[in-house]
Amino acid sequence: MQQISGKAFIFGNNIDTDQIYPGRYLELVEPEEIAAHCLEGANPDFAKEVSKGDIVVAGKNFGCGSSREHAAIALVHAGVGAVVAESFARIFYRNAINLGLAVLVCPEITSKVNEGDFLEVNLEEGMVYNKTSGESIQGEKLSEYIMDILSSGGIKPLFRKMTAQMEDAK
Amino acid sequence: MHAIEKILARAAGKDQVSTGEIVKAKVDFAEVNDLYLQTIYSFYEMGGKKVWDKNKLCFVFDHYAPAPTIKSAKIHKEMREFVQDQELTHHFDINTGVCHQVMPEAGVVWPGMVLVATDSHTTTHGAFGAFGTGVGATDMATIMISGEIWFRVPEIIKIEINGELQPGVMAKDVILHVLGKLGADVAVYKAIEFTGSYIENLDVAERMVICNMAVEMGAKTAYMQPNEKVINYVKARTNREFDILETDSDFKYAENYIFDVNALTPQVSVPHSVDKVISIEEIPAEVEVNQAFIGTCTGGRVADIAAAVEVLRGKKINPNTRLVVIPASNEVLLEANKLGYIEDLIKAGATISTPGCGPCLGAHEGVLAPGEVCVTASNRNFPGRMGSTKAAVYIASPMTVAAAALTGRIIDPRTFIDEGGDKYATNLG
Ligand code: SF4
Repeated sequence: MQQISGKAFIFGNNIDTDQIYPGRYLELVEPEEIAAHCLEGANPDFAKEVSKGDIVVAGKNFGCGSSREHAAIALVHAGVGAVVAESFARIFYRNAINLGLAVLVCPEITSKVNEGDFLEVNLEEGMVYNKTSGESIQGEKLSEYIMDILSSGGIKPLFRKMTAQMEDAK
Repeated sequence: MHAIEKILARAAGKDQVSTGEIVKAKVDFAEVNDLYLQTIYSFYEMGGKKVWDKNKLCFVFDHYAPAPTIKSAKIHKEMREFVQDQELTHHFDINTGVCHQVMPEAGVVWPGMVLVATDSHTTTHGAFGAFGTGVGATDMATIMISGEIWFRVPEIIKIEINGELQPGVMAKDVILHVLGKLGADVAVYKAIEFTGSYIENLDVAERMVICNMAVEMGAKTAYMQPNEKVINYVKARTNREFDILETDSDFKYAENYIFDVNALTPQVSVPHSVDKVISIEEIPAEVEVNQAFIGTCTGGRVADIAAAVEVLRGKKINPNTRLVVIPASNEVLLEANKLGYIEDLIKAGATISTPGCGPCLGAHEGVLAPGEVCVTASNRNFPGRMGSTKAAVYIASPMTVAAAALTGRIIDPRTFIDEGGDKYATNLG
């Protein structure tokens, strides 16, 4: 996978999907429209300030709450390069991986990064490099299956291959 | 093995599974709610043509029922077309109710099954001894194609709840208390089994309340060993054969917690996090309530409406407070109507709305303005959940919600079920 790097936006613990993507926008389906409300409940300016590749850094249980995939879609289309959190809620974690959004569990991350620090994330190594402070922070490596999905750009390309094979076999 | 592991093993076609293992499980039933049009787009995008089994997939129109906007009307329209194209056997349109209520009612939930839905509160079905879990749209689209999904076999936490509740204290208070003590992330990526003397004889509706909110602790799934009430409920609704799986006596839980509810008082989760729970005695007297809401997959069943009626019958709600009541399903509405509850509520000043999710997620039928306070029988109070991010949402039992409607304050509902009740009512005309 290509290198992920950008500046850090810091969030707290238990950032739920209503803060990542408020329920009142759930009827939107266009990714660009969805992205415009990304993290609005936690930081109303986020969608305006984020640039491609930037990294969301959060505390525990990021993405808890509803199963809405809009949360992950909003982050992907807002240009977020990766989410690095102390822990993730399960459904969000699955959704992110399925959509090809890099997610890394890194128990110490919030104590080692300040708002605006420039970070580099290496998924193979499970590492975060804080270029501003010079510190290297070890996170949890992803399983092979998950790396497979991420490096295919999400589960859709993988499944497309599968359904095409099924068709061929007919 | 635990009963949950046995369910997963069976679904994966294996004799044995162990914690941490990734298994591919066959899904017995899958449900898509009306927030998830994306599932259909993704289904086609990934090359899907026909769903894997037209008897095992359904759509439920609950979050936007009936459609409040043109966009949501379009979502319903496209979904109906898909349902027809795919000739799905089961369909739940705007005249049915909240998915977690209508599926058990329709007999598509049974002990030992794997149920996957595009909704986090699918943990509710642990009440029936089912493995119920929520997924996002893309995961669901892959199920619609293949009928399978990968799971990591979860660690299992045992929460033992013993004792008997005092009058005026409800299952909702029990789960709020547990949540407050254990926190919103105690079970992230894990499963929770509820056991203990309190759970053993519990009614179906109360079991559902407790399993419903397991997800607020991060749980992937919840489980209760089916009791006779559950078995009778399921048998009355389906002819399907099922067997009850038992946990082996030597099974080791990842964590164990024990609660005693004999002395429990009504509990309230205060803004803006579900696990910020305090006892009713600790609520500041001056909190003024603008809206009280009874409904949803947590607190909208007949038992919940009955509890509210017990507080409200023959009285009038506070003139400065709105009371919105939304039965969880049409079946619930019919039953509540037959029992005279709907009339009691309307006479007390309640607004009754179409069965469905209503304002639970801030879409319609009673959303909150900035600065407003709502007391709700639902399950979430994150900022913005029920409307404005500047509104404050308190979660409580239906009885506490009814007491709030009556007085305009968050107040101990037990005042109204003892003889003391009338002294409040006279002040409120
Ligand atoms: S009632 Fe509320 S919690 Fe239940 S499914 Fe509907 S929106 Fe979700």
